[in-house]
Amino acid sequence: MPKVTMVEAIAMAQAWELAHDPSVVVLGEDVGKSGGVFRATSGLFEKFGADRVQDTPLAENMIAGMCVGMAAQGMRPVAEIQFMGFLYPAVDQIVNHMSRLRHRTRGRLSCPVVIRTPHGGGIHAPEHHSESVESMIAHVPGIRVVCPSSPARAYGLLLASIRDPDPVLFLEPTRIYRLAKQEVADDGVAAPLDVCYILREGEDVTIVTWGAMTIDVLQAAEQLAAQGVSAEVIDLATVSPIDAETILDSVAKTGRLVIVHEAARNCGVGAEIAAIVAEHGLYDLLAPIQRVTGFDTVVPLYRLENDYIPSVARIVDAAKVTLAG
Amino acid sequence: MQWVSGEGSGERVRTVAEFRIEYLRQLSPQGRPLDELPAFAADNDELLKMFAAMLRARTFDAKAVNLQRTGKLGTYAPCLGQEAAHVGVGAAMRPEDCLAIVYREIGTLFWRGVSMTEVLLYWGGDERGNNFAVPRHDFPWCVPIATQTLHAAGAAMAFKIRKEPRCAVAYIGDGGTSEGTFYEAMNLAGARQLPIVFVIVNNKWAISVPIEQQTAAQTLAQKGIAAGIPGMQVDGNDVIAVRDCMSRALENARNGGGPAVIEMMSYRLSDHTTADDASRYRDEAEVAEAWKVEPLVRLRKLLESRGVLDEAREQAMKAQFTREVDAAVQEYLSTPRQSTDAMFDHLYANPPAYLEAQKEIARRYAGTGRPSH
Repeated sequence: MPKVTMVEAIAMAQAWELAHDPSVVVLGEDVGKSGGVFRATSGLFEKFGADRVQDTPLAENMIAGMCVGMAAQGMRPVAEIQFMGFLYPAVDQIVNHMSRLRHRTRGRLSCPVVIRTPHGGGIHAPEHHSESVESMIAHVPGIRVVCPSSPARAYGLLLASIRDPDPVLFLEPTRIYRLAKQEVADDGVAAPLDVCYILREGEDVTIVTWGAMTIDVLQAAEQLAAQGVSAEVIDLATVSPIDAETILDSVAKTGRLVIVHEAARNCGVGAEIAAIVAEHGLYDLLAPIQRVTGFDTVVPLYRLENDYIPSVARIVDAAKVTLAG
Repeated sequence: MQWVSGEGSGERVRTVAEFRIEYLRQLSPQGRPLDELPAFAADNDELLKMFAAMLRARTFDAKAVNLQRTGKLGTYAPCLGQEAAHVGVGAAMRPEDCLAIVYREIGTLFWRGVSMTEVLLYWGGDERGNNFAVPRHDFPWCVPIATQTLHAAGAAMAFKIRKEPRCAVAYIGDGGTSEGTFYEAMNLAGARQLPIVFVIVNNKWAISVPIEQQTAAQTLAQKGIAAGIPGMQVDGNDVIAVRDCMSRALENARNGGGPAVIEMMSYRLSDHTTADDASRYRDEAEVAEAWKVEPLVRLRKLLESRGVLDEAREQAMKAQFTREVDAAVQEYLSTPRQSTDAMFDHLYANPPAYLEAQKEIARRYAGTGRPSH
């Protein structure tokens, strides 16, 4: 089995689908010869040619709208939006059309589209390159939001996303693109969508997170373990729709919940998770829910970004708050 | 186009619109005036000032790339090869005009009074770099492609409503002209005859996508035609031609003559940014050819032929700019990081009270994040 980084696993998954499904087309800005600004499409252009791996003109709403047209006519476009801050021009097509074409046409036309885009900060990138606004699209009915946390998960979830009959916004946490290598079997086996993954089992407190924050949360869990606290770490993986069952089962066991996300707090996905637990698991809770999130500010330029992204210390302290008293 | 009839009497088929795009060049790449030069070019001091501005921008640019390579600056978008376009535009504008830049136009910014330290702070990850001491009314750096064109159109609308003799200038790159926003801005400007000049710096490459894959249009200047805006091409490596046509376009717009689109033909001699590796997609021979027509060469030759510039004088200028850049680098590197409060400052004029608690959390955990690299 090859040991690959997450960004390599993402290229692998696209190569697999290009090879096995003739309706798949990879497109976006600089995805061709250049192999993508993060090299997430590296080697695809050389292997599959310019019709199936297309450099588009520079226009994000065009990319999203073209995907709607292609998908409605039987293709499976896998589009890259270069950075999440450039997703905003595409929101018109994603929200007004991509996510609701199936519904509007009573199932006659549909949009099996994957929009891949980098997610989050922590890599010293320029302005508008460190966004994590998954809640904006999570709020939109008719589209899934998926965010992997490891090379293997990225491979499996991307395959599932491409094969899914509906649109998926696939968020790729940039600061763990190359963090670690992992053995990933290039066997075309997808990982299920719409389910959480328990990364670490524990008894005292449940910590739910996704994307790059899983790394920090697992570190926090280690520190907590050293202090005698057993934390259960859940990787949300599919950010929308939320797998409530896994979270509620865990909270029923631990009685405590910490939600960690990089995105701003106000109306973030953490609020939805907290609401689900308040609605269906309130009597299991032994302490108020804690949220550890980015601040309700613009993501700062990089000199301050590490003070914006929740630190391990903040996560550990929040877990302890649920255990106090 | 085969499907167009092209035949028939004037009654059945007639041409209802025609357009023409002119290309302007004043100096040959070898520095020879192709015709009588515009009036400002008779003033050697003025030309020396423009040469110096290009050399200064280039000196800064090389240092900025170097700082990034040594981990002292974030991702940086070099301007190498496009200094004439940037300086020529700056020289043609008035201080009270309004500039909407993209992310490469330091030649214009410096001309308008933005400091090197401010530029370094911005690319060094500090918002204070966007707080230009001079000029106060210009728009900040603009990374989301083409969005600035609408801001400039809005500024021009404000000037028109208030009957101020001011113009807006919007930069855009060749790739940016594919964005819908650019057409919206031009359409508005044309429909309302706004005092605005759209400057397309065509450096031939939008990261890895060459201009011929970006559009089937013969020129980018003609994109203005559909919006009812006259367009022209200029040799963007010829600072005299750039300043000349830019001055005339601004004068016309200032006098109520409406907008213009100017496509400046140049070349990106550098990578797209320091995060890019152009050798993956671009032929070295093409870059070598472009070096032969880069902007400093021809003005240097003209000034040498007039006896006002020589090797020694240029070296002295270069040494002075190097000292100036080094001083700016020192100032930048010794500027303390903002406190975490800066994340919350300036977010609202009247900050909501609940943010105080978050501000306090940020203070408490300052420095506990992953180490800066």
